Amino acid sequence: MGNVLVFAEHHGGKLAKAALISVQAGKLLATRSGVECHAIVLGKGIEPLANELAEYGVAKVYAAEDGAFEHYTADAHAAALAQIVKEKGFETLLAASTAVGKDLLPRVAGLFEVGMASDVLHFNDDGTMTRPMYAGNVIATVSLDSNPRVISVRTTAFDAATKDASKGSVEKISVSLPATATRTKFVEFSETKSDRPSLTDARIVVSGGRALKSGENFKTILEPLCDVLGAAMGASRAAVDAGFVPNDLQVGQTGKVVAPELYIAVGISGAIQHLAGMKDSKIIVAINKDPEAPIFQVADYGLVADLFKAVPELTEEIRKLKAS
Amino acid sequence: MKVLVTVKRVPDPNATIRVKPDGTGIVTDNLKYVVNPFDEIAIEEALRIKEKGGGAEVVLVSIGAKSAAEQLRTGLAMGADRAILVVAEHDLDPLAVARVLRKLVEQEKPDIVLMGKQAIDDDANQTGQMLAALLDWPQATFASKKESLESEAEKNGLPGIQLGNGRATVVREVDGGLETLELPLPAVITVDLRLNVPRYASLPGIMKARKKELKEIPIAELGTDTTPRLRVLRSDPPPKRQAGRIVESVQELVQVLHNEAKVI
Ligand SMILES: Cc1cc2nc3c(=O)[nH]c(=O)nc-3n(C[C@H](O)[C@H](O)[C@H](O)COP(=O)(O)OP(=O)(O)OC[C@H]3O[C@@H](n4cnc5c(N)ncnc54)[C@H](O)[C@@H]3O)c2cc1C
Ligand SMILES: Nc1ncnc2c1ncn2[C@@H]1O[C@H](COP(=O)(O)O)[C@@H](O)[C@H]1O
Repeated sequence: MGNVLVFAEHHGGKLAKAALISVQAGKLLATRSGVECHAIVLGKGIEPLANELAEYGVAKVYAAEDGAFEHYTADAHAAALAQIVKEKGFETLLAASTAVGKDLLPRVAGLFEVGMASDVLHFNDDGTMTRPMYAGNVIATVSLDSNPRVISVRTTAFDAATKDASKGSVEKISVSLPATATRTKFVEFSETKSDRPSLTDARIVVSGGRALKSGENFKTILEPLCDVLGAAMGASRAAVDAGFVPNDLQVGQTGKVVAPELYIAVGISGAIQHLAGMKDSKIIVAINKDPEAPIFQVADYGLVADLFKAVPELTEEIRKLKAS
Repeated sequence: MKVLVTVKRVPDPNATIRVKPDGTGIVTDNLKYVVNPFDEIAIEEALRIKEKGGGAEVVLVSIGAKSAAEQLRTGLAMGADRAILVVAEHDLDPLAVARVLRKLVEQEKPDIVLMGKQAIDDDANQTGQMLAALLDWPQATFASKKESLESEAEKNGLPGIQLGNGRATVVREVDGGLETLELPLPAVITVDLRLNVPRYASLPGIMKARKKELKEIPIAELGTDTTPRLRVLRSDPPPKRQAGRIVESVQELVQVLHNEAKVI
């Protein structure tokens, strides 16, 4: 059987947490199949990252340097991955289902004309996998009959890999990219600036819904609560669509999936599409003035109250608690 | 300019989805079906390109049961020019759909294939990217725009995808912000939620749609391998969360989070 190759994502000169999660999933799958787990880093000036990644219990890390990888594009990255998978005879290609993973992996699968499993939650002993469908209303057991097997994993379903005593080797490789690899031009990235922890890494997430009524209220009502808790901020689709907060704060079926230790939903009704992105959180708190709101059905603790009164009070109470 | 828009028939996102007790799928009795919401956004964008972005023929494609004609009629009523239904009575995975679409693209030769980023039934988020690879075309997934859905540009129905000189400029929703890409046509573009607010079909639109061409092609006629590689073997309901409780005050909430749940 061929080995497992994990695509390791990085941003701003750092390995993404999602990369370490995908490594963990790759190692699990490799151990189960009695093969090795390797990883690959694509980029410019990525040798230090490859060296670092080799400490996380992968047998080998490939480092592919090329100017064409400076900004991620599906064209260049997919062509490179397909080439390496083919040359080295990998039978599984795996990555986290982040925005990059979602863009990239199906394209690689397309280059091989093979199928793909997205958002995998669990690998079963018989080679089947589970994945959510219908906004998490269904947990499907699926089989993937293809070579290579292309798999993306849901980041909330696996732990991040930790450093391992045995250091893997690092191999520098070069890829010969087709002319089409550079046809897509990166123009710009407008980053959502924030000093808070990122939504998918945070221990605590505070999300606001349509009931917040304005971006201004997100700042004056919700931000102080985030700050006192050291929490990341999230939002429902309704709040994002209304322009209260940036797009990448959307939690849900078609936004980010989070599973923090504590999730506080403020003025969010609890539509199935929202629940799909947060119902695996350890503790869920809901603050909503409607006692019938569906969010209360998944909440461990519910507070029926007007958020404009309750949230400032909550912020103040927590501040007192932290000070004592 | 020709824009091919893919349209999948999916259960209404507001419907309650129940798993059959024997694990063979979902209960479909009395289930309402709609155009996949992302595909509605794709249709709207194609219509804006037609109306305000330099003109285009808008052709809809669906692959599935004959009943998907209903969703194609909806798209025609919104303003699309004609539709193609590839009739398939068996389950298809995203690879099979992408292979069928490749055939249609070879026949229709569109400049852009506009698709939803994700079908809300299988939640795969694969088909557009696979099609782009099969065609060796560039792709821009998760198309969005910088202006909010409350902006003037949106109220005026301007397209978010900018076209010119045989290229498309696309703003994408990615982790941590918005990315802008420029890519040569032909290309595959998949759309995200904030690209536009789709219009409703008007009554005259619905009347006109009845006369528009809706061509049915049996899938076998395309001579494409559509064996699914990804198979759903079993469907189960998700684990249920334990019912929680209502606290009476902010003070009690802080106290239980601190002493009982020990999360703050
Ligand atoms: C294709 C598709 C994809 C989607 N993807 C997502 C997704 O990824 N994420 C997502 O979140 N949604 C998603 N949705 C939208 C989803 O269906 C809901 O429309 C959305 O989650 C509702 O947001 P909300 O709870 O903020 O607003 P509402 O449903 O309007 O709820 C507002 C809540 O605030 C409460 N409230 C009002 N005033 C106060 C107050 N003063 N104090 C306390 N409570 C108050 C109300 O009782 C109500 O429960 C998607 C929908 C579709 C069709
Ligand atoms: N059977 C189908 N018929 C038409 N379009 C489809 C079909 N399946 C998928 N698509 C398109 O591909 C997009 C992504 O679907 P998926 O990869 O299944 O999440 C959808 O939004 C549709 O635009």
